[in-house]
Amino acid sequence: MSVHPKQNTGGDANKKIIVWLMAIVIGMFGFGFALVPLYNVFCSVTGLNGKTGGQIALPAVLNVDTSREITVEFVATLNENMPWSFYPDVRSVKVHPGEPTRISFYAKNNTNEKIIGQAIPSVAPGLAATYFHKTECFCFTEQTLQAGEEKHMPVVFIIDSDIPKDVNVLTLSYTFFIKPGSEAAVSLAHNSKHQEL
Amino acid sequence: MSAVIEEHHDHHDHKPTGIGRWLFSTNHKDIGTMYLWFSFIMFFIGGALALVIRAELFEPGLQFVEPELFNQLTTLHGLIMVFGVIMPAFVGLANWMIPMMIGAPDMALPRMNNWSFWLLPGAFGLLIASLVMSLMGMGSAPNFGWTFYAPLSTTYGPASTDYFIFSVHMMGISSIMGAINIIATIMNMRAPGMTYMKMPIFVWTWFITAYLLIAVMPVLAGVVTMMLTDRHFGTSFFNAAGGGDPVLFQHVFWFFGHPEVYIMILPSFGIISQIVPTFARKKIFGYSSMVYATASIAFLSFIVWAHHMFTTGMPVAGELFFMYATMLIAVPTGVKVFNWVSTMWRGSLSFETPMLFAIAFIFLFTIGGFTGLMLCIVPADFQYHDTYFVVAHFHYVLVTGAAFGIMAGVYYWIPKWTGNMYDETLGKWHFWLSVISVNVLFFPMHFLGLAGMPRRIPDYSLQFAEFNAVASIGAFVFGFTQLIFLYNVIKTARGKTSVKATSQVWEGAEGLEWTLPSPAPFHSFTTPPQVK
Repeated sequence: MSVHPKQNTGGDANKKIIVWLMAIVIGMFGFGFALVPLYNVFCSVTGLNGKTGGQIALPAVLNVDTSREITVEFVATLNENMPWSFYPDVRSVKVHPGEPTRISFYAKNNTNEKIIGQAIPSVAPGLAATYFHKTECFCFTEQTLQAGEEKHMPVVFIIDSDIPKDVNVLTLSYTFFIKPGSEAAVSLAHNSKHQEL
Repeated sequence: MSAVIEEHHDHHDHKPTGIGRWLFSTNHKDIGTMYLWFSFIMFFIGGALALVIRAELFEPGLQFVEPELFNQLTTLHGLIMVFGVIMPAFVGLANWMIPMMIGAPDMALPRMNNWSFWLLPGAFGLLIASLVMSLMGMGSAPNFGWTFYAPLSTTYGPASTDYFIFSVHMMGISSIMGAINIIATIMNMRAPGMTYMKMPIFVWTWFITAYLLIAVMPVLAGVVTMMLTDRHFGTSFFNAAGGGDPVLFQHVFWFFGHPEVYIMILPSFGIISQIVPTFARKKIFGYSSMVYATASIAFLSFIVWAHHMFTTGMPVAGELFFMYATMLIAVPTGVKVFNWVSTMWRGSLSFETPMLFAIAFIFLFTIGGFTGLMLCIVPADFQYHDTYFVVAHFHYVLVTGAAFGIMAGVYYWIPKWTGNMYDETLGKWHFWLSVISVNVLFFPMHFLGLAGMPRRIPDYSLQFAEFNAVASIGAFVFGFTQLIFLYNVIKTARGKTSVKATSQVWEGAEGLEWTLPSPAPFHSFTTPPQVK
């Protein structure tokens, strides 16, 4: 029986296709993971999801725009299971773009064990996030509070003078999480699961 | 090599016997049959879950199931219907029909074919085991919806989430192997003279679907792997506390998820494109535009994913991009719908069951397409998001779209598979009861959604009571009507119908599969046919 050259029933032609398609499969599996850094880069460049940048040095020359005044509101949230008290010392401030402003947040550990926390910032409206710079923030490092300890934690921020004219109110929000994987996180998660059962 | 082929040729229609025939099968028809039966069984399991859901929603208040169990039922219903019914049914039809349509003796990679089928019972065994254990009081089955958004599935996922993750990995491997097999078959095994632009549209749509599977199933595997490491190995892909982002989950998931919805409809487009010309007794209108439209839909499916996420706080520029890109899909889809209608135009139409399902598909899928267009309009989506309007939309495209396409295909090809004509009277009963009840079931959901009823809840406000009762009645009629289909399939397969099918089966049917005897011999086209 003769097999027409067009009709390969196996062998090299199939192998070639399998190799190519497996390469695509492996490439796309990798692409799924590559989306993680791509997403973060994309968001930090465009400020799409309200993520603020890292610490910046205080500029030597301040370019303060006294003609404008922007209201900055502060929101403090605790993630589920986080047994702290947490709120801003002032609810809002009015600032000029380009002017460094110092405010503070208050936190207290209400338990009798040491808890390590991590604050995650977010700015609304999201597109203004790239214009919101911090020279000092308690969110840059983990915060450890001993049993019953309380403290006032400073934030120094500058709003870029280039911020779009239509932004008159900004909201800076922090959510405090228990540091994942720390002892307190494990024991608190265990307790809450216990309650469910 | 030639000696082996010669020997094989002697026992032309020799079939292995006993359970080994199925366990170790490398025959495309046997594997296709197993895929189709697997899908059919899953259809009744997923359907039973849906009926429990509709029974609970028949009236306000909690009647039969607690909210925790309700969440597990909606999750399992979605997962089973998407991965256990629609996708395996399409792969089963591909296995049966593609080699016969392109004049090949079998699939290109028959042993891999066996493996890709036998992974599925394992995958769904695991998934369904989690629900069985939940009913026996041991923990909870996956309860976060078929979209398994983080952190519901990571931080808050029940222990059985790991069953789910492993199950999805197995389904993914199965789909990828199936897709590789289909691409290799189509590229290497076409009969002499069968150029790409002479392939039947069903083969074309599956060719493109297989590429979509190859491209996005690995992304699904990646996202569940990230979930797994977030849950157990201390990573923070989706955990904000560790620097991750739950919204990232939605981006990665829908990058898989949107091409996935076209994976679930393109082969149905192909089936309809085979059936309509047969019963209109005309060649398909605009063959090449059908091919290009399918390819355009496949391409566009990669750049519209964020229309599922308009309410996550995307900037306006992103919303506009995804809105316009989504609207663009209506163009190639419209080309297809108009081509089907033009094929019927001035045709010599007859209305056997496959044609009835095909016409219902065209009409009802178009309704689902239009509600999809409504949903892609950003300001409107802010109202529709996560309401029953969305539920109505995707059930129109998946039940009266994908599933009706599969049913049409089964009626169309079952005489070729079994050698017996199905019972036309029962087929008509099945069609008319289905098409009426499915609209009673899903049409009121549009109004419920517009009035603000949220999806995925076991209880609702009193003003939604009437439409929910109507939908539940439709659900029960639709569900039990499918038993007619089951009965008809069994009756036909066992040869209890009076009419034997001829080779051509349908008067207007054209293509290589209709040149083979009915039932199709165990090995088809051992000598390749010549296509002119």
